[in-house]
Amino acid sequence: MNRKYLFYFFFIALGIIFLIRLFNIQVLDDGYKIAAENNATRRMPQYAPRGYIFDRNGKLLVANQIVYDLMVVPRQIVDLDTNSFCQLLQIEKEDLIARINKAKKYSYYKPTLFYKMISRQDYAKMQGKLYKYQGFYTQKRLIRNYPEKSAANVLGFIGEVNTNFILQNPTYQMGDLVGKAGIDKSYEDVLKGSGGIKYVMVDNHNREKGSFLNGRYDTLAVPGFDVNSSIDLELQKYGEYLMHGKRGSVVAIEPSSGEILALVTSPSYDPNLLVGRERSKNYNLLDADSLNKPLYDRAILAEYPPGSPFKLVNALIGLQEGVITEQTSFTCNHGFRAGRLHVACHCGGGSFSLLRSISKSCNNYYCSVFKKIVEKYPTGREGVDAWSNHVKSFGLGKFLNNDLPTGRKGLVPDANYYERHYGNKNVRALNVISLGIGQGELLVTPIQLANLSAVIANRGYYITPHIVKMIDGKPITDSNLTKKRYTTIDKKYFEPVVEGMHMVFESGTARYSRLEGLPMCGKTGTAENPHGQDHSIFLAFAPKDDPKIAIAIIVENGYWGSRWAAPIASLMMEQYINDTVTRPHIEKRMYEGVLYEEYKKQLMEKYKTDTLFIPNF
Amino acid sequence: MRQEHGIFSNIDWLTIGLFALLVFMGWFNIYAAVFNEEQPSIFDTTQKYGKQLMWIGGSLLIIIVLLFTDGRLFEKLALPVYIVMILMLVGVLIFGKEVSGAKSWFAIGGFSLQPSEFAKFTTSLLVAKYLSHAQITMAKWSHRFVVIGILALPAFFIALQPDMGSVLVYGAFVLVMYREGLPGYYIFFAIWFMVLFILSLLVPKLILAGVLAGILIVAIYFLRKQRQAIYAAISVFVLSVIFSFVVGYIFDNVLAPHHQSRFKILLGMEDDPSGAGYNTRQSLIAIGSGGVTGKGFLKGTQTKFDFVPEQSTDYIFCTIGEEWGFLGTSTVVILFVVLLLRIVVLAERQKSNFARIYGYCVASVLFLHVAINIAMTIGLAPVIGIPLPFFSYGGSSLWGFTILLFIFLKMDAFRWQIL
Repeated sequence: MNRKYLFYFFFIALGIIFLIRLFNIQVLDDGYKIAAENNATRRMPQYAPRGYIFDRNGKLLVANQIVYDLMVVPRQIVDLDTNSFCQLLQIEKEDLIARINKAKKYSYYKPTLFYKMISRQDYAKMQGKLYKYQGFYTQKRLIRNYPEKSAANVLGFIGEVNTNFILQNPTYQMGDLVGKAGIDKSYEDVLKGSGGIKYVMVDNHNREKGSFLNGRYDTLAVPGFDVNSSIDLELQKYGEYLMHGKRGSVVAIEPSSGEILALVTSPSYDPNLLVGRERSKNYNLLDADSLNKPLYDRAILAEYPPGSPFKLVNALIGLQEGVITEQTSFTCNHGFRAGRLHVACHCGGGSFSLLRSISKSCNNYYCSVFKKIVEKYPTGREGVDAWSNHVKSFGLGKFLNNDLPTGRKGLVPDANYYERHYGNKNVRALNVISLGIGQGELLVTPIQLANLSAVIANRGYYITPHIVKMIDGKPITDSNLTKKRYTTIDKKYFEPVVEGMHMVFESGTARYSRLEGLPMCGKTGTAENPHGQDHSIFLAFAPKDDPKIAIAIIVENGYWGSRWAAPIASLMMEQYINDTVTRPHIEKRMYEGVLYEEYKKQLMEKYKTDTLFIPNF
Repeated sequence: MRQEHGIFSNIDWLTIGLFALLVFMGWFNIYAAVFNEEQPSIFDTTQKYGKQLMWIGGSLLIIIVLLFTDGRLFEKLALPVYIVMILMLVGVLIFGKEVSGAKSWFAIGGFSLQPSEFAKFTTSLLVAKYLSHAQITMAKWSHRFVVIGILALPAFFIALQPDMGSVLVYGAFVLVMYREGLPGYYIFFAIWFMVLFILSLLVPKLILAGVLAGILIVAIYFLRKQRQAIYAAISVFVLSVIFSFVVGYIFDNVLAPHHQSRFKILLGMEDDPSGAGYNTRQSLIAIGSGGVTGKGFLKGTQTKFDFVPEQSTDYIFCTIGEEWGFLGTSTVVILFVVLLLRIVVLAERQKSNFARIYGYCVASVLFLHVAINIAMTIGLAPVIGIPLPFFSYGGSSLWGFTILLFIFLKMDAFRWQIL
């Protein structure tokens, strides 16, 4: 055998082995292409700036600020000087090692978030030194910035998406920020815009080497739309100012449009606390404050018995059902009596017409009206159901389905309710007579109460109260938030009730809150509270004939309506309509009237102790 | 009379064409591998690509000188140049410049010279000269020892540098010895023990011994009529088992950990892409990401951004793989195979033993370089620093291979003058 053939065999065999191997890794196996991309290109998410939020007059409420995330690619760390690096970042060495190990666990090659949300000021300080630490680089993030320390409950906050959220919303990725409360949550789709991706080429030292393929695969971030809230910043701030030191809420609505002018919950917090690095720490602090519950938006979540303002509803139903007329009078003998049943009354006694019954808030009158309404029907069940349906047409006892991310139904009982809860199949008016004066099972939220005020101001309809007026400069078009919703009460029946509400200011329970030159209508309330002192409630609108603002105010444990709620409502309406306040003494009294002592007393009673530390707020 | 047509009509233009193609492809790929946007001119001599062009120009001069040299001179000069080269190899150990732990280079002015690159052709010349004597036979151990001595001397000094990749080249001469009469079973056993070496690292030793015993039983069955062969088979079996245990022992106890891990990674026993496997992994990524047609000239990202180490020298094949894809790599592989085959064809047609044996030396040395270099870049061999002939950046390597090849082409052109 000629020995040259072994050489031919070796050479050709080598060629074939190489060709097979090359075919395998270059043509068949895609893994290396992906690895190459990960190697040489860095995928830089371009976060879209979220839309700004303005108030109804164009004042900036929510803007964005730049922070920097420090990323790490563990494999590229070279001779890390841990001491100086720790000093730069102001972290402990153990923390540093733990963070690096965590990143390594995820991937040696892929960038991992190492230290998040370095403020621009801190970044400026460390920027010049960061380049020395190979394997680390920064990436810009936009987080919220709140120029005003106001309306935190309205504006909400944003936070990082969690795994559950991503599962349900696959367009989001780990690390994305999403609205978690307030307008930022309910208008997430409008505000968020769409993120882009920029591919930059990096060499083996992770130095950027320009855009990848001249940006062929880059996508631009599209900023989110700006949103105009219906909030009037001045009114909102004024409401927060007046509610200082008190628990409760103020909700003001423009009746003609359903736009929420102010949505105050007290106590609240500075929205800038829930931004950046300190967010989770601050959130936990706020969340843990179980006494003041600053994160709890009382204006839309708290449910109270409506108390006396509810008498307006019963008056309207009575008129609609024809069981009373404007002229109907009942004589009050310091309360409503039927057999052994007695509902006390502080109206002063005597014979009351409809108008005076409103202005003096006569309990007897409305127990009688309620009894008549229910007893108009053959059975108590039908009577209660008929009443219940009327009440629900005012937007009470059901969700408003508005553009706020949360809400509560409140409670308007019907005959079934009594059967279910009390086994009372044949409910009678006298069983549930306290419904006549807004007590009993009834529960409303402040925003529902404000909406009730708007219904009366509009003489028979409401537009679902909403928090956003314009999106991208154009008025909202969602018919759910723009169409008129009529009650079951005819328009003509509203006039006497409005007149009665006017009298509340002129000569009734809120006469001390009257303002010359601005005809206001209102109704005080003193809602009984089984847990302590009564709540001070007031419901109002102004001006009487062309209402611009409807308002509901609840001051928890504020004794009676005219003590806190009525003056605050009066001041706010004056501020909103006249743009100035002429009664600084009332303003001062409201601001300085703090109720800590009251809240402290309640707690002491609750825990049966007299040594309790309650932080001031 | 053919010689009347002068040297250029007798020369093998096919080989020259292959040589020129490979050299210029190499140049372009060096340009791509170290491309620097601030120095975009491929002729810029401050950059590696410009320098490589200078080396290419230098090798042209060398070629012309070689082609006009008297063909008889090579055989006469074989021993003197060999001795000079040995002196240089000793000299480099004393006067050489130390680069990353190895004294392989003479620094002369701004240039560096790597004598081991030239030792390949001097050794080839002396091996060819010795083996071409009529009375020398590879059947004799005494003659084999002389050849081994000729090879071992330069290999020894190169090992002292140390430059293990270049030492390995001297193993290629086994092929030449085979061609000149070394019994075939040496090659067989070389391959057999190489396979055994790998298997004894991969497979538990008892299982391996069992499999070997199985093979032995089958072999005995077929060889049952031939007592001698059975003895041979049994002794091979015993040797193999001992070998596999010894390999295991040496691997675990003698090899340095980083050498161990190079083998382990290659055999898929260990995965450490950030450590010792980094080079191989990056090289595979670069080649693998090239796809069918590649990313295009100067468009490679892996090589351009230095993910691949030594991309202009030992890993130049990565640039080809990444920018020219499978089309490019298969072209290069085929060009090399054709060149190797052509050299053997040329060698076989030589009238003089000296020229034939030298031709086989050239083929074997080139074969070993191509095999190890490409196998290393595509993850079939451990990381061994050895250049890809004609492609890799470097004057010494290019000139060394040019001289190696063109001495043979001159001999081939000169064959007509030998009667």
